[in-house]
Amino acid sequence: MVIDVVVYFFILGVFARLVKSDLKLPEALYETLSIYLLLAIGLKGGIELSKQPVATLAPQVLACMALGFVIPVVLFPFLRKLRLNGADAAALGAHYGSVSVVTFAVATAALTRQGIAYESHAALWVAVMEAPGLVAGILLARWAQRKTVRQGAETGAPRSAGWGALAHDVLLGKSVLLLMGGLLIGALAGEAGTAPIKAVFIDPFKGVLALFLLELGLVAGGRLAEVRRFGVAVLVIGLGVPPVLAVAGALVGVALGLSTGGVAVLAALAASASYIAAPTAMRIAVPEANAALSITAALGITFPFNIVVGIPLYILLAKSLTT
Amino acid sequence: MINKYPKTLLVIITEAVLENALVRDVRERGAQGWTVAEVHGGGSESVREGAWEADRTIEMKVICEPDVADAIASHVLAAYATNYSVVVYFSAVSVLRPDRY
Repeated sequence: MVIDVVVYFFILGVFARLVKSDLKLPEALYETLSIYLLLAIGLKGGIELSKQPVATLAPQVLACMALGFVIPVVLFPFLRKLRLNGADAAALGAHYGSVSVVTFAVATAALTRQGIAYESHAALWVAVMEAPGLVAGILLARWAQRKTVRQGAETGAPRSAGWGALAHDVLLGKSVLLLMGGLLIGALAGEAGTAPIKAVFIDPFKGVLALFLLELGLVAGGRLAEVRRFGVAVLVIGLGVPPVLAVAGALVGVALGLSTGGVAVLAALAASASYIAAPTAMRIAVPEANAALSITAALGITFPFNIVVGIPLYILLAKSLTT
Repeated sequence: MINKYPKTLLVIITEAVLENALVRDVRERGAQGWTVAEVHGGGSESVREGAWEADRTIEMKVICEPDVADAIASHVLAAYATNYSVVVYFSAVSVLRPDRY
C-alpha cells in the first residue's frame, strides 16, 4: 500500500500547521485552485460523456442522488444518540450526504496509479451527489426544529432564508455550477474540441491537486486542535462513519453493475464529507447548528482518514466485491 | 472653511455568508450605499481566520442618517446575532455631500 504522492503534500500541510509554521497560501490562490479543480474534473468527465449515449446513465444518476439523500436521514438518529442536538445532527449529516471533490480526485488518482479502470464519466456522479445530501440535511433540521417548537422549547432565531434562495445557492453555487459547466463544455466540445486547452486543464491536474492538498492540510491541521474541544463523539463520527458509508456506496456500485474502479469511486464518494459546499449551505440554512463541529469532523478527521487510510481500503473492498 | 455635514457611520462585522442578506437589509432600510471588505479576527467565542469559505468574515460600512443606522442595527441584532458572530458599532462622521448618504 503505497501512499499517492499528492497525499504527502496534505501531510506536509498538516505538519506545517502543527509546528505553527508561518506558511499560509493566499486566499485568492485557494479560490483559484478550487475553481480549477472543479472545472478540470467536470471537463474530464464531459469529454468521456461525449463518447457514450447519455440515456444509459440515468439509473446511475438516480442511484447516486438517492444515496446522497439517504445518508443524512440514516445518520440522523445515530448522531442524535451521540447526544448531538437536532440542528447539529442534521447539519453534520448533510456534510456526509454531500461529497468531497478532492477525495474523489485522490481516489481516481490512486486507481489510475494502480492500473484499475473506472467509469470515465464518474465526475457526473460527483456533480449530482453534491446537492441531495444538503437538501436532506435542511429538511431534517426543519423537521427537528418543528418538533422542538411543538414541545414548547426555545425556537432560536428567525429563519433567514427561504427555499427559493437556498435552491439558488445550492444548485447555482460554485461547485455544482463549475462541475456541471465543465461536464457540459467537455461533452459539447468532445476530445478534439478540448485538445487546445488540454495543456491547462488536463495535464497539470495532479500538480494543482497537490498544491490544493497542501492548503487543505493547513486547514485540517488547524482543526485538529478543535478535536479535543468536542471530545470522543467527534472522533467516533469522523472515523466511524466513513467506512460504514463506504460499504453502502460500494454495494450501490455493485448493484449498478459498475467496474471495480467504479465501485471504489462510489465507496469513496459515499464515505466523503463535503467541506466546500456544505459548510456554507448549512451556515445559511441551519444557522443554529455548530459549524465548528461539522468542519472539524468533515475536514479535520474524515478527510485525512479517507485519503490516507480509507481509499486504499475502499479499493480493496471494491476488488473483493467485484471478483 | 469647507462645509461639513454630520452623518452616522455604521460598521457591521459578521460572517461572509450573510453578505447578500445584509445588502438587501441595508437597502430596504434606506441606506444609499455600502462598502464591504474581507477581514479576519477573533473574539471571546472563536477565531475566524477565513481558512475555508464558511469561516470568512466581512466588514460592512454604511454611512447614513442616524435613524437609518438605528433601524439597520436593531434588525441585524434581532435577525442574526443569535446564531452568527456579529459586531455592530456606530461613530459620528462628517461628509461633504450630504444628499448622497
